[in-house]
Amino acid sequence: MAESDIAVALRRFLPEDCVLSREEERRPYECDALTVFRQLPGLVVLPRTESQLQQVLLTCSRLKVPVVARGAGTGLSGGSTPHAQGVLLSCARLNRILEIDPHERIARLEPGVPNLRVSEAALAHGLYYAPDPSSQVACSIGGNVAENSGGVHCLKYGLTVHNVLGVRGYTMEGEPLELGGRAPDGPGLDLLALTIGSEGLLMIVTEVTVKLIPRPPCAQLVMASFADVHSAGSAVAAVIAGGIIPAALEMMDRKATAAVEPFAHAGYDLTAAAILLVESDGTPEEVADQVREIEQVLCSAGASTLRVSGSEAERLRWWSGRKNAFPAAGRLSPDYYCMDGTIPRRHVGEVLQAIERMEARYALHCMNVFHAGDGNLHPVILFDANDHDSWERAERFGAEILELCVQLGGTITGEHGVGVEKLNSMCVQFSPAERAAFAAVKEAFDPAGLLNPGKVIPTLARCAEYGRMRVHHGALPHADLPRF
Amino acid sequence: MAATADAHLAELRERVSAAHRTHQALRLKGSGTKDFYGESLAGEVLELRAHQGIVDYEPSELVITARCGTPLSQIEAALAAHGQFLAFEPPAFGADPSIGGVIAAGLSGPRRVYAGAARDFVLGTRLLTGDGELLRFGGQVMKNVAGFDVSRLLCGSLGILGVITEISLKVLPRPRAEQTLRLELPAAAAVESFNRWSALGLPISGGAWWQGSAWVRLSGAAPAVRSARERIGGEAIDAASAQARWDALRHCQLPLFDRRVIWRLSVPGAAAPLSLPGELLIDWGGALRWYADPAEGADVRAVASAAGGTALCWRGAAPAGRFHPLPPVLARLHRRLKERFDPHGIFNPGRLLAGL
Repeated sequence: MAESDIAVALRRFLPEDCVLSREEERRPYECDALTVFRQLPGLVVLPRTESQLQQVLLTCSRLKVPVVARGAGTGLSGGSTPHAQGVLLSCARLNRILEIDPHERIARLEPGVPNLRVSEAALAHGLYYAPDPSSQVACSIGGNVAENSGGVHCLKYGLTVHNVLGVRGYTMEGEPLELGGRAPDGPGLDLLALTIGSEGLLMIVTEVTVKLIPRPPCAQLVMASFADVHSAGSAVAAVIAGGIIPAALEMMDRKATAAVEPFAHAGYDLTAAAILLVESDGTPEEVADQVREIEQVLCSAGASTLRVSGSEAERLRWWSGRKNAFPAAGRLSPDYYCMDGTIPRRHVGEVLQAIERMEARYALHCMNVFHAGDGNLHPVILFDANDHDSWERAERFGAEILELCVQLGGTITGEHGVGVEKLNSMCVQFSPAERAAFAAVKEAFDPAGLLNPGKVIPTLARCAEYGRMRVHHGALPHADLPRF
Repeated sequence: MAATADAHLAELRERVSAAHRTHQALRLKGSGTKDFYGESLAGEVLELRAHQGIVDYEPSELVITARCGTPLSQIEAALAAHGQFLAFEPPAFGADPSIGGVIAAGLSGPRRVYAGAARDFVLGTRLLTGDGELLRFGGQVMKNVAGFDVSRLLCGSLGILGVITEISLKVLPRPRAEQTLRLELPAAAAVESFNRWSALGLPISGGAWWQGSAWVRLSGAAPAVRSARERIGGEAIDAASAQARWDALRHCQLPLFDRRVIWRLSVPGAAAPLSLPGELLIDWGGALRWYADPAEGADVRAVASAAGGTALCWRGAAPAGRFHPLPPVLARLHRRLKERFDPHGIFNPGRLLAGL
């Protein structure tokens, strides 16, 4: 079969191995880590240099070919699902650490640098890069910028948006663009903040300047058991109300601890309805003081047992269970579907109980891990992708959880992004005028609409269809809840 | 209160819709304490102060939501009652600013590089657009990546995209302990020290230099503040004097700010001393450098650019605009965003960027 115009045009300036056109070469790029959404890309392009990347954009822009950027492919919302007629632009080969300045405490990175490699490279200077998404071994800094990634430590250290000082890159039209930088608070609108978390719809980032911070000399983890999820939720609020900002504040329900314990051997209390993992970091004196306070608060909040990590090995073992919660789900069930809603912390207990009722209704199991300090829920719905009905129920189950989050004053996604996965839920969270504002932002950066089209912003027609479907399936869910 | 607020909001929508229909420029005004800030003031005044009140404040959520006209003092008092505060230390210029103005200006105080900027604490906004639509972006939760982060875009927008009618901000508990130290140091050594101490993980929340003295503020857990104090040395300042000193810095009330011409340069935090004659005040551990009455003919913008930063003419005759000029590609993005959010150009025309 003759090569497409775009393949021919790109091969004129790109080396042979930078353009993948055969089906078996393109196949590995058909999905990100949310594997239920698959689409074979028209072409895969892997530039080695920034100037090649710019040429790719100029060429695609001229030929009106859609471009979808991809980092490490660890995204959880189908944000880098390819376009059938488009170019899948992999930034994986732009993976150099350009500079580390230990005195100014910054690093300049190409977008394909894996998140964890930044901290490893900064280790010699006693510094690290704070945001630590669970996929940090693999996920790339460019992808982190696109998604505004979080992690378990963002309660204290912030999200990607709080730790990136500047980006350089290109518009879809191939025009160079520099936002933010080493000097804080430059003139004009804060386009850097707008771009972080824009899921590859506004620009392609080719260089990221991040803030590095000193490694805390000491960290300790407190593990607390609770007899019911409500008191665990209240304990979370009590910690924060006590003026404590722990380094991490995580919750797992019994279904989650039961799933991970057999192979992580973390030592979780399997009789507890929920456990909290509360981390303190800083100097040894600081940590000792804070751990004492945390223990007092958790005790008064009704913790049935309390343990404090006695060694670094023990601390890491307790974390290993939490960090392996998703793989553990994979052992329990052929497939799992991880949700990402955020709610005001005070509603934790209420949401977990509602999810339990939904489990019965959809005839599916769901385990809950939760960045409790941030109010960010990760219900993990277990299903079987080979059974289409099971996937459809999982999808509806997930959507109902997200709608509940919106009704409680929260959001449909805390850190995984909208991608293609949550397009329907965007119709629930945002009014037509709000979605039009998002479309306006998109148009300002990419008037031709070629950059990652069809993601994040649902069309009016899609929302109308989704609205009809929801009504068709019956009354609005949670009719008993006040609407606001 | 809520009913009054609804009435105010309805009235604002009506005013804005009418202005949109007739292409009448509007000058958004909270307390008017920052009228000096920006390129130019134009349009019929739209008073926003009446749309005030704290809508929601739950200390354990670390979030406060308030209407745009709410006085900053009211918000700070509500937070202080629960041992919390706005960690970006917004400056107030003379009178009591409104929270809407604080966020529209997006200015931050001495904690800027240590705790974060105003925009880092913005969680959600409601925006009244030219066609009278009331939009809601972000929310009251810490983590939220649904749609573009328009709320943070609005922080520092000087009202050119619409009227911010309501704001949700992340708040933090006040540090348990605080100690300010004063050291006799030349400017270059002070900046070098601020950076070195930060790299060591000392709990610094302010680093300033003026007239031969470096001022270091330590904030955090008592043991951490104590050990950092021993490590840094210098003269320990009593709490009341220290508070007065940081307040004066935060609100631009030091004598230097009485001068005729003042420039505000934002540079990389470890930038070497700038070759700019004039009286110097350093804040943000080195990243913010104020210059009073620089020598005639000094090209302040060129000096800032050479250091990798930008220069804002804070007071005095502004050569070619108050703000550092934007590269053409960024100016074009500003124009396109403005055209889409405010097609008739009614909101604060020319305030952020000439002709916009």
